[in-house]
Amino acid sequence: MTLHQFLDTAFGRLGWDALPFWEIVRHPHDGKAWLNGLIASGAASLVVFGALAVVVMLTRRRWWRSLWSGWLTSVDHKKIGIMYVILALVMLARGLVEATFMRAHQATALNDTGFLTPEHFGEFFTTHGTIMIFFVAMPFLTGLINYVMPLQIGARDVSFPVLNSISLGLTAAGAALVMVSLVLMPFSTGGWSGYPPYTERSFNPGAGPDYWIWAVTLSSLGSTLTGINFSVTVYKERAPGMHFFRMPLFCWTALCTSILMIFAMPPLTVATALLALDRYADFHFFTNDLGGNMMNYANLFWLFGHPEVYILILPAFGVYSEVFTTFSGKTLYGYRALVLATMCIAVLSFGVWMHHFFTMGQSAELNAVFGISTMLIGIPTGVKIFDWMLTMYRGQVRLTVPMIYALGFIMLFVIGGTTGIVLANPSVDYQVHNTLFLVAHFHNMLIPGTLFGMLAGYTMWFPKAFGFRLDEIWGRRAALGWIAGFVLAFFPLYGLGLLGMPRRLHAYVEPAYLPFTVVALVGTLLIVAAFACLCVQLWVSVRDRDHLSVRAGDPWDGRTLEWATSAPPPEYNFPVVPTVESKDPFTHEKLDGKALQSPDDWQDIEMPRNAALGLVLGLVGFLGCFGLVWYMWWLVVLAALAGLGAVIARSFTRNTTKTISADEVRAQYMEWLENVRALPLTVRSQESSRANNGRAMPVMKEQQ
Amino acid sequence: MSRHPGLNLDASHAPAHDQAVTLVFGFWVFMMSDVIVFGLLFATYVAMSDALAGGPGPHDLFELRTVFIETLLLLISSLTIGMASLSMKHERDDARLFIWLGLTFGLGLAFLSYELHDFASMVEKGGVPSRSGWLSAFWALVPLHALHVSAAMLWLVVIAVQVLIFGQDSEVKLGLLRLTVLWHFLDIVWIGIFTIVYLGELG
Repeated sequence: MTLHQFLDTAFGRLGWDALPFWEIVRHPHDGKAWLNGLIASGAASLVVFGALAVVVMLTRRRWWRSLWSGWLTSVDHKKIGIMYVILALVMLARGLVEATFMRAHQATALNDTGFLTPEHFGEFFTTHGTIMIFFVAMPFLTGLINYVMPLQIGARDVSFPVLNSISLGLTAAGAALVMVSLVLMPFSTGGWSGYPPYTERSFNPGAGPDYWIWAVTLSSLGSTLTGINFSVTVYKERAPGMHFFRMPLFCWTALCTSILMIFAMPPLTVATALLALDRYADFHFFTNDLGGNMMNYANLFWLFGHPEVYILILPAFGVYSEVFTTFSGKTLYGYRALVLATMCIAVLSFGVWMHHFFTMGQSAELNAVFGISTMLIGIPTGVKIFDWMLTMYRGQVRLTVPMIYALGFIMLFVIGGTTGIVLANPSVDYQVHNTLFLVAHFHNMLIPGTLFGMLAGYTMWFPKAFGFRLDEIWGRRAALGWIAGFVLAFFPLYGLGLLGMPRRLHAYVEPAYLPFTVVALVGTLLIVAAFACLCVQLWVSVRDRDHLSVRAGDPWDGRTLEWATSAPPPEYNFPVVPTVESKDPFTHEKLDGKALQSPDDWQDIEMPRNAALGLVLGLVGFLGCFGLVWYMWWLVVLAALAGLGAVIARSFTRNTTKTISADEVRAQYMEWLENVRALPLTVRSQESSRANNGRAMPVMKEQQ
Repeated sequence: MSRHPGLNLDASHAPAHDQAVTLVFGFWVFMMSDVIVFGLLFATYVAMSDALAGGPGPHDLFELRTVFIETLLLLISSLTIGMASLSMKHERDDARLFIWLGLTFGLGLAFLSYELHDFASMVEKGGVPSRSGWLSAFWALVPLHALHVSAAMLWLVVIAVQVLIFGQDSEVKLGLLRLTVLWHFLDIVWIGIFTIVYLGELG
């Protein structure tokens, strides 16, 4: 074997041209090559130096050991949930920067071609969509459910804690693959939905679509396993007395979302796997020749893609339900209606996928069927909106940060939903399909819907997770910034869509577009400012954590079980598994004077031991997929063998649990209880002030 | 025990039963997501059954005789793995368990050998996946089933080794119980393949 052959085998098709500044080297006199090369290199250096900075910090502060045993190998659902949310926030930062670049590009692209090359622009909108869906929204909601749902149903952990960390590992591996594509370019230019034949080998033989395929596949596998884990947890781990119709609504939405994950993620896995077979093994599923048919891809992808929309929105609906009931000091209005509406949406979500391609050749009758089924979804959603408004009616409403998000959501989401009904009409869709009207519509659903919901949940449960509240002022700035920024950034896009501006447009000659694109850019900058407020908020809150401390665990006069335990909760969540007698169990306990009691039936608690399997599988998943992208077959084989070996080795482990003694549990609890009992009760008017110590005076007692 | 017709865990140990219920239920849920994968591949196969693109078709490529033998082998292996779980339930000695597991493994191996022979003869006649959309759909569906069978056989070996090391402890029992579910599932998928892919195309 010569050196050349060795290098070919070792590096596959990875060459110098994968480096972000290679275009500058090739075309040193081309201004655009310089600009785009510098942007790409800047992004790549952020990844490289960011990773280096983290390593240096961990080493200097000697945090490696605690990172390993406290976080990376932890199978505690709370830790895993927090790691999911951190992943989501990091990826959100990148997705936002990409959005800003795209808006800036379009604002400068009149009678010109903007400052980004077409390929670079294509990568921007592809990574933006892929990241925001798979590596922001999905991890964010998975993280929140992970943290909150087991606490709300009174469980000690999810049903399969190790599987939970495997899901996290696979999702993080997918995100890492997208991040690495900044350093070793390019990423796909085929959009977040990766439509063939554009993503086929004959049109795009490069590494880009392969990055997309494997990142998305890793994430879809992780989400399938998450769905299995969450649904089994809700079915099997509920505390005694926690009947289905006593569950907090967030748990219902978590259950529906998990069921959707179980049934809707496999179509995505199949779609990406078949596309991979086309690209790697010369199959003909979606090619233009030899019997391939891209319509099969469109059907498979949207069979995932539409339920996915509800996977994203249902947990946010759950958060809003908790926010409205908690910050109105009232039980949820129309609880059963809300549960039924959630189930209806979950079922209907499988019957509407074809509205994503009304214009792709099926009969008018079929379009009508799918148009009508799409409009039907508006009914259960409308039921929810009314239930939330009636929850606030005559409640003691407090305009805290989660509530600001929730109110912004109600108003903006109704507008977005209405445009959805407009789009559901196939004849209208023919006019505005593939325009910015559509882009405005789905951002209108996903930002005020999903993202505001996630941020409201983050604000509401942060004190539970860390023992101190987030700073209120900076939180309000962020929330109002998000709302105003969203309106400015996306309402102009409705206009642009009606003016006929296609989505993903690289350059245009229509002067009427310009004012709208400029306003949208301003809105995007406002959103970036709102995100900066979130970062400042986090920093300020950590700095002032002693003043914001709510160790008693109940800063918002919460109604459900997660507020009954300390903040942060112990590893085992509850010293004694609670017995539930009603809906809003913690409120009833507080009113009946049964809260903060010391139980007498102390028992040893068996908890799962740490496991490195999730970390190992995430690592080999990343390496194997990286090898697949660059044709480093040796790496693929090694990673596959290592993964298989790790799973088999794990199955020989018998000592998977540890026991925490009853005495230890009791001592910990009694110490906390003594501290809490010494605290004064906080009334709701002090909720946002430093007087809030996490021991709440129930609203109903205040009123008496 | 009544909750688990296929399993006999220590009767006095209620938490073990709860864990078993959760574990087995979780595996069934996992199987449901696998059903979706195979269902979509079947749908893709049917949608592409006319996409011959002038290449060889079912009549040129399929041999019903070997496929029938494969079907018999797999059906009998479902019986033998059922016997293995019965012998585990009634807590017979390891030797009896090994006999049934060995038979199951052997039948699985025979099934795979016949199937590999089929695949080889298809390739010989020009029935490769790159030839047409229909062949692509075939080569995604049927070998995926074969891959599942191979994985299940590997799992079977792992369980057998665990019996040697740990005896028939509850982890082993739960492992075999889940493997049995998977094995029967693969049987059902094969019946789908036999009916839709082979009989459907030749009929």
